[in-house]
Parts: sequence; C-alpha cells; structure tokens
Amino acid sequence: MAIVTASKKACSVNPLKMSQPIGGSFAFMGLRGAMPLLHGPQGCASFGLTLFVRHFNEAVPMQTTAMSEVATVLGGHENLEQAILNIYNRVKPEIIGINSTGVTETNGDDVEAFIRLIRQKHPQLEKLPLVYVSTPDFKDAFQDGWGKTVARMIEVLVAPVDEARPRDGSRVNVLPGCHLTPGDLDELRTIFEDFGLKPSFLPDIAGSLDGHIPGEFTPTTIGGIGVDEIATMGQAAWTIAIGAQMRRAAEIMQARTGTPFRLFGRLCGLIPNDEFIAFLSQISGRSVPSKYRRQRGQLADAMLDAHFHIGGRKLAIGAEPDLLFDLSSFLHEMGAQVTAAVTTTNAPVLQRVRTEDVLIGDLEDLEELARSRDCNLLMSHSHGRQAASRLNVPFLRVGFPMFDRLGAAHLTTVGYRGTRDLIFDIANLIITDRETNHGPTPDTWPSSAVTCRSIRPSRIEQGEKKHG
Amino acid sequence: MTSLPTTIQDVFHEPGCARNASKSNVERKNGCTKQLKPGGAAGGCAFDGAKVALQPFTDVAHLVHGPIACEGNSWDNRGSASSGSDLWRRSFTTDMSETDVVFGGEKRLYRAVKEITEKYDPQAIFVYQTCVPAMIGDDIDMVCKAASAKFGKPVIPINAPGFVGSKNLGNKLAGEALLEHVIGTGEPDYTTPYDINIIGEYNLSGEFWQVKPLLDELGIRILSCISGDGKYREVAYSHRAKAAMMVCSKAMINVASKMKQRYGIPFFEGSFYGIEDSSDSLRQIARMLIERGAPAELMERTQALIAREETKAWTAIERFKPRFAGKRVVLITGGVKSWSMVAALQEAGLEIVGTSVKKSTEKDKERIKELMGQHAHMIEDMSPREIYKMLKDAKADIMLSGGKSQFVALKAATPWLDINQERCHAYMGYIGIVKLMEEIEKALYNPIWDQLRQAAPWDEFEWKRQAKTVAQMHAQAADPVRGTNTNGVKTISFSNQSEAGDGESAIAAHGPNLVEPAKPCTNSTARCLACKDIRSGLQPPALQAAE
Repeated sequence: MAIVTASKKACSVNPLKMSQPIGGSFAFMGLRGAMPLLHGPQGCASFGLTLFVRHFNEAVPMQTTAMSEVATVLGGHENLEQAILNIYNRVKPEIIGINSTGVTETNGDDVEAFIRLIRQKHPQLEKLPLVYVSTPDFKDAFQDGWGKTVARMIEVLVAPVDEARPRDGSRVNVLPGCHLTPGDLDELRTIFEDFGLKPSFLPDIAGSLDGHIPGEFTPTTIGGIGVDEIATMGQAAWTIAIGAQMRRAAEIMQARTGTPFRLFGRLCGLIPNDEFIAFLSQISGRSVPSKYRRQRGQLADAMLDAHFHIGGRKLAIGAEPDLLFDLSSFLHEMGAQVTAAVTTTNAPVLQRVRTEDVLIGDLEDLEELARSRDCNLLMSHSHGRQAASRLNVPFLRVGFPMFDRLGAAHLTTVGYRGTRDLIFDIANLIITDRETNHGPTPDTWPSSAVTCRSIRPSRIEQGEKKHG
Repeated sequence: MTSLPTTIQDVFHEPGCARNASKSNVERKNGCTKQLKPGGAAGGCAFDGAKVALQPFTDVAHLVHGPIACEGNSWDNRGSASSGSDLWRRSFTTDMSETDVVFGGEKRLYRAVKEITEKYDPQAIFVYQTCVPAMIGDDIDMVCKAASAKFGKPVIPINAPGFVGSKNLGNKLAGEALLEHVIGTGEPDYTTPYDINIIGEYNLSGEFWQVKPLLDELGIRILSCISGDGKYREVAYSHRAKAAMMVCSKAMINVASKMKQRYGIPFFEGSFYGIEDSSDSLRQIARMLIERGAPAELMERTQALIAREETKAWTAIERFKPRFAGKRVVLITGGVKSWSMVAALQEAGLEIVGTSVKKSTEKDKERIKELMGQHAHMIEDMSPREIYKMLKDAKADIMLSGGKSQFVALKAATPWLDINQERCHAYMGYIGIVKLMEEIEKALYNPIWDQLRQAAPWDEFEWKRQAKTVAQMHAQAADPVRGTNTNGVKTISFSNQSEAGDGESAIAAHGPNLVEPAKPCTNSTARCLACKDIRSGLQPPALQAAE
C-alpha cells in the first residue's frame, strides 16, 4: 500500500496538473452536436482549446462567456445569457455543456439559477439541454472535472426508467475515464460487439475526436453520443465503468435507473483483461470468440519476449491517478519497479499503486526523484520531455497532452491487443536506449581494484530489498 | 506607479499607431480591441498576450500567480529559440488553492519567489498577475517590491490579468511593464554607432537567425531584442541604442514610441518577410544609423549586400516559376504579412486570389491594391464555414494561414501552410522566402491530394445498390411497426449514411471531395426524417461504430 503525500512547495515548477474546467469541457466533447462553454474570461477557453487542438490535431469546438473585469464585478448572468443565445442562434447545437472557472467561482455566480432565469425569459431554449457543472480551477484537477461532468450528464440527461419496459439485455453503458483515447474506445467497441453487446459510451470521444473528415464545416462536435441515446441509457442491462474516477457516475446511474454496474479499475495487462473478457462472456451468455483466445496468446508471447527488457527497469511515472494506477500496475506486473510516482490530485486509488510512496506534485518533483533514485524509464505527458532530455533516460509519452508527437488519439493500451502493442513500444524504447547510450566499451567492466563507484552499491541494495 | 486602468487608457492613446490615428475620439476611448462577444469570442486573454510577448526572454524565470489553469494549461507552447539559457522553458506557478483564494495568495507568492531564487538563481523574475488574485486583491506590485529588496534581484510585476482585455492589449501591458521597471535600469559595457534595438520580434523557430548574419556582416550590433532570444540585461540597457526597428507591427508599438519620447531613439516599422521588405528594412536601419552618426559608407555596404542577396534569392525562386504557373493562393493572415509576402509569391508565379485584411490598416490595404490591382479580393472577415466553402469549391489551390484555420483547409483536402507563430519552419529574410517557396511546392505537389479526392470505389458500388432500396425504405418508415420488425442491418446502415442531413455521414460514404454524389444524401430531408424514426427504435452497433 502506497503512502500518499502532497508537495509542500509554494511554487509549482513544470506543472503536471491541468485544470478541472477543461477536463469538464473534454467530457462534453464526447457528445454529438455539443458546444462546451467555459463560464469565465476568454483566456480560460483559449488555453484549453489550444491544448486540445495540439493534442488531437483537430478542430475543437469550445466557447467562452468572455467575462470582462466589469462583468465580473456585476456578476455573470448577462454574459451567460448572451453566450447561450449566441451559440443557439449561430451554431444550432444539440447541447451546450457549461463549466465554471476560477473567476466565476470566486465571484460566487449561481449558474443553476441563471439558467432557470434564462429559460424563463427565452422559451425557444426549452428543448435545448443545458448541463452545468461547477469546476473551480483552484480545486482538484483535469480528471476530476471529467468525472464530475459525466456524473452531472447522467443526472440531467438520462430519462427515468419506464418500469413496464423490460431491460434490453444486450445493451451496455460504458463510462470511460478521461485517460482512455478514441483508439481505446474503438477497441472496446469492437470487443463488446464481438460478444453481441450494444455499447453506449458516455462520453464517446471516439465519435468526435478520432480525426475523421466531416462533410462540411461543423462548428459543434462532429460526432459522439447523441442526447437521445443518453436519455435511454437507463434501459441497459449493465453499466461498465473504466477507471475509479467513474465510480460516482456509475453509482448515480444505478441510483437513478437501477442499472447495476461493474467497475474495472484498469484495462491494461493480462489479468485485468482476463477478468474483463470473462465478465463480458458471462453477461452476454456467449463463449469467448476464438479471436480473443488468439489475442491472449499473442499478449502472453509479447510478455515472454519483452520481460528481458522491461524486467528490473526502474520506472518514474507522472500521471493523473487512474492512468498512473493503470500503467504502473501493468509495468509492475511486467517486472519493472515503480520507483518514483507523482500525480496531480488525491484519489483513493493511489493507495493501491504498487510502490512505496506517491507524491501529489509536479514534474520538477518527478525529475528530482527520478534522478536521486536512479530511474531508467520515464513516463508522463509531453511536458515531461524537458526532464527526459536532462535525465537522458528513455521517455514514453502517455496521457494528455501529447502535443509533440502524432497519433495521440489512436494510441491504444486497452485489451489484449492494446497491451501487446504497448509492451512492444516500451521494449523497443529500452532497446534503442541501450544501443544508443549504453553500448559496451573496454572500460564498462573495470576490475574491482580500480573503482567500486561505478557499480553503485545503493542500487543493488535497493533492488534486493524489493525482491526480498 | 500608475494604476492598471490608467495604464490601459494610456495604451489606447497610442499616437504611433496608424490605425489609432484614423479613429474618432469616441472610438479611441473604446480601445483598440473589439468588444468581446460572449459565445462568439476567439483568441487569448490579456495575460496570454503578456506572457507571449515576454516569455522569449531566456534568462528570466516567468512566475504565474494564479490557479493552475493559467499556466498548467498553457506552458511550453511557443517555439521561440534560445542561444543560451533554457530557463524560459521551465514553468513556474503558484498553483493557488482554495485556501489561498480565501486567505489571500500574497504569502504564497512571496515564498514562491524565494524558492525560485534559491533553486534557479535567475537574472530576474517576472511575476504575472491573473484574474483570481486580481479579484481577491493580491497586491503583486507590493510583493515584488518586497521580494526584490529582500533577495537583491529584479522581481518585476506584469500586471495584465486576463479579464482586462484581449491578447493584443496584453502585449502592450507587457511592454508598459518593461518601460516602467526594466528599460533604462542598466548600462552596456560599451556602445557603438551601429547599435540597434529590434522590438516585437520573438525568434520563433529561430527565424531571426536567418537575418542576424546579414546584420553581423554589416557590423550592425543588436543591442537588445525585445524579446526573441532576449536577455534581461540587454533590455535593461536597451535605451542606449541609436535606432530601433519594430517588427510585429502592432504588438509592442507603445514600447517603440515611448522609447522615442523618453530616450530619443527613432524607430521604423518594418518586416523581414519577403524579399523587398527585407531589403527595405536593411536600408531603413542603415539610413537611421547614419542619421544618428554612423559613417555614410554603411549605406553603400548595405546596398551591395542587398544586391547580392536579392540576386541570389530571385535566382533561387526562378526555378519554381514553371511549377507555380496558374496556381492560386489564398492568404489568411493579419496586418503587415497580408502584403509583405504578396510580392514574393507573385514573383514566383503564384496568383493571389484573396488576402485577409481583418487586422490591416488603411495603409496596408493601399499596399495590397498597389500590388494586386484594384480588383484584389480583400477578405474582411470570413467565417470558417465560408473559407471551407471557398476551398471546397476549388477556388484556390493552397491556403497560407495561421494554425487556427488549418483544419478548415486540410479537411477540405486542400494544401495548407502555416505562416503564423506556431509554425515549425523559419521563413525570414532572403533565405526564408526561398524556404517558403520550397514548402509551397512540396505541399502543392504532394501525391496525397489526388488520392484523398477520390472516393472509395466500393462506396459508389454500395450507393448504387442501396439506392434501389430507397422506395422500400419510405414504405417502411411510413409504417413504424412493420419498419422496426423487418429492418435488417443492411437498411440501417443506409439510414446511417443519410442521417440528419449533416453531410458528415455522406462524406464518410463518399470521400471528402465528392460533393455531387453526396448531395442526394444531405439534401433529402424527408428521407432523413424517415430514417430517424427507424433509428430510435433500433440501435445496431454498426450504426454507432460509424458515428
């Protein structure tokens, strides 16, 4: 069980964390015809937008209530009203998803009340769903904004269940955490369909941010789950939540509609996928298709081939709680040692990370820990690139944002197949590093009489302790 | 020390700005920036502008006082290049918590400055104010003053919280902070008659290094660059320059004009984009330096260098002419760039079918008319939808613009090149313009365009086959019970293709550029409604997979 501590620094250096409101907007991006709206100054939306555009290389819809200094003094009612009307008139969205920011929370804007007043005044908005989530910048992190927003979507958009109507045994609700990519969602969709199940992903960023080419310019999201489909989610036989951040959303779904849920903390690695596939087989009443028997074999073989390289590696990882838990557990199961772990926000799942301590901190902390504990594999989002080059260790970009490499949307780590590919990526990174930086020379193994320093006794001791 | 509202009014009164000079008194009072429209705004805030303008100072620690959003969501996102320190690429923020919002963030800010001083010992620390601490009344001027005295190091407050206005205003407020706290606080080791300042140049992709060797060759010394590859000490003594060139036209005009007022440093507005502009700028620099006391032979050497470089560049461009014959360009950018690149593009044989004038002054527009004739297609303010249509209708062969509009072009399967700040290639001076031509050629003649404009052959096959079932579909839609009972997967997949008439699915079926075959799908509302009925009853996985 890991001990979770928070950094005591006054100055965060090279932040790992991103803010909660854009995590909320990200969730709204998985809805069809949606326009995420940040209630705050325009910079809040502009920074978020730039970040998403650089990560996905896609046009991303995002709007702002453009709070000025004066508007902040007077309260945000008028700006919110204008923003909603402007969006309604200009882009005809199917839904507007509103997240608050630091400014409007400090101000204490009562947005739910504003929305009621706006609806009273403008009856034309009657049919337009407006979902509001409170997400102050100065609390929590990106992942929390996503989790809260999905929970709120369920509260507002899922229709009460018609008791007379039988549940659809083949329908499954899937609540993916924000650490899953469009590629992950598509992989999961295929798996569900192979079991004859019909999944409804909430949110479905694979529909909107997978990079497909729309027929004409669309100012809202170009795909994702529709509001009409969300309304009927209560009729599904099961809810599957992926990542502990989705527990609350799944519980709300169960409380509202009686749909039972099963939470999978992670879907990377052999054992978690065995459990997942077994569960699907059980709820669908179908035997596991031969395709997955073969994929399981391929994963097992990849583990055999790669454990030479990954085993014993000292991993330094910086990621949001669910991604951290997912990838560090998987690497632990491949024989790596999780030596430094830094995350953005507190979460119960952190205690289950297989390491001694998890620090809520920044990338400076991660860099320092990696250096002092001799880590030789670094994982974080793209902002870790500076640390990696200073440390000169192999660096795998994971999570969001990934703005300096292409294909972030399709990086797949779920399922037998996703795990297999991830294993190869990591092993190849390590092999490249060995070839580039650690080729043997006549002086690599000096006689013990010459020097003992290069053997680094501390490293051996630490290694033995872990194995003992 | 003046208050923020006074500074802002002062910035709006900029006399050196041509656009400002042409405004009425009332307009001027409203400021340079368009009133922000809730729900229809784009672009960054004042803090963004201030950070963009100052971040290229390489040996300074840039500390953002605010909640995580302001810095955590935005750091390491500009491609300025440094010849020395990498301190500017590190990110520092107070990451204010709820407790700080309640009890005030000044103490945390002070401790943050202390930590940075102890760990990184930078030349100076720039402290950026943001909205939330501005709201709760954190006095960063006071904290900076105290910290500066305590740690014996310049700690400069940059007072441009996001909600006071636009990015452009932020650029100027950053300039004001430099004028108030930095410029004139140091002295250079020595001065020469050839010392100039470059103002408003950010050395993106290291592009200024395409020009600097020419200045070096002429013996012209860049005393200070604000702020590309800039160093704190150089800005502190920048008031000793003999002349200044203002590069990114409107961003830092207040710095140039106030340095003229205070220190008598003449400046001109110039650009190193395009051949003629580069030559003009070099000549202007030489002229100004000579007026300020440099030997007159500088002009001869400058002319000789220009002649040599121009010949080289024009010769290099010559080879593109046959490749560019008949190719049409649309240029979406702001201000100076809207005409400064035009001449070179035209010389290479490209036809400019449109250029945006959204941010241009009347003078800029005159230049465009001169270059492109009276019938120049000037685009005042084009919505993305209109640009998309223009490209889709094949009215241009390539678009040059900033990163924000890239997907409009790319998704219309039209070649596109980034010519704004996020680009990864350097296009400055005589070398840069040739590089730009190379990039245009590569983009125009890439074999992907022909492939992408073709629909998948099996799509058309499917279409013909399924068209036969249309009538059947309508019949079924009219009778929902029968419809849901008898619809197989095949019919559903058809309904998906024409769903909602949004064209997206039509394109999925027919490829990005086949407008004609897609039409029957998107235009037929009756059919789509019919399909929707069926859809709500049945949700086959295939349908969602396609969405």
